[in-house]
Amino acid sequence: MARLAGVDLPKNKRMGVALTYIYGIGPTKAKQILKDSGVSPDTKTDELADSEISAIRNIIDKEHKVEGDLRRDISMSIKRLMDIGAYRGLRHRKGLPVRGQRTHTNGRTRKGPRRAIAGKKK
Amino acid sequence: MARSIKKGPYIEERLLTKVRKMEAEGTKNVIKTWSRRSTITPELIGYTFAVHNGKKFIPVYVTENMVGHKLGEFSPTRTFYSHSGDRKTKVRK
Repeated sequence: MARLAGVDLPKNKRMGVALTYIYGIGPTKAKQILKDSGVSPDTKTDELADSEISAIRNIIDKEHKVEGDLRRDISMSIKRLMDIGAYRGLRHRKGLPVRGQRTHTNGRTRKGPRRAIAGKKK
Repeated sequence: MARSIKKGPYIEERLLTKVRKMEAEGTKNVIKTWSRRSTITPELIGYTFAVHNGKKFIPVYVTENMVGHKLGEFSPTRTFYSHSGDRKTKVRK
């Protein structure tokens, strides 16, 4: 069982898929990493040799921002937007859609479950 | 879509001349501007702009973090309304 970038140890999956369990690595990056480290994307996590694991680890450490670092980066840039008082920051603060979507209807992903409006029943 | 790099950032010419003039004089006045579409460049750091929001001028003090944003981003154009204490309708069921 492999342990990469902290706590991730997806078991019994092809490496192309297993790597996507790491925050910040999707199918494309997983493919790229495997190509760079010379590991076949079809090998299962259990079958990895130690040398292959360290090759993958090296490449992730060197070239990709994952997990904690990435999360911190994202929250820092959101915090920056909020601190400078930009429109996008205000939207983040209020928990509303940031990129100009309509909010008359929809936007529930950002706004969360609907709250009942008092007295809106016939 | 992002603006082509070839053209460089867009800034209203008049705004720049005003800033340059103030820089030459060493004064720091508030510049009233309608040019919300102007990109904030490093030159503008430290100056205060009164950015029009369609109704009034919102003072914006430009700091280093704001470089690359537009002036208009700091001058909200919409007033936020929310329902608060709509008690009259509450009784009906």
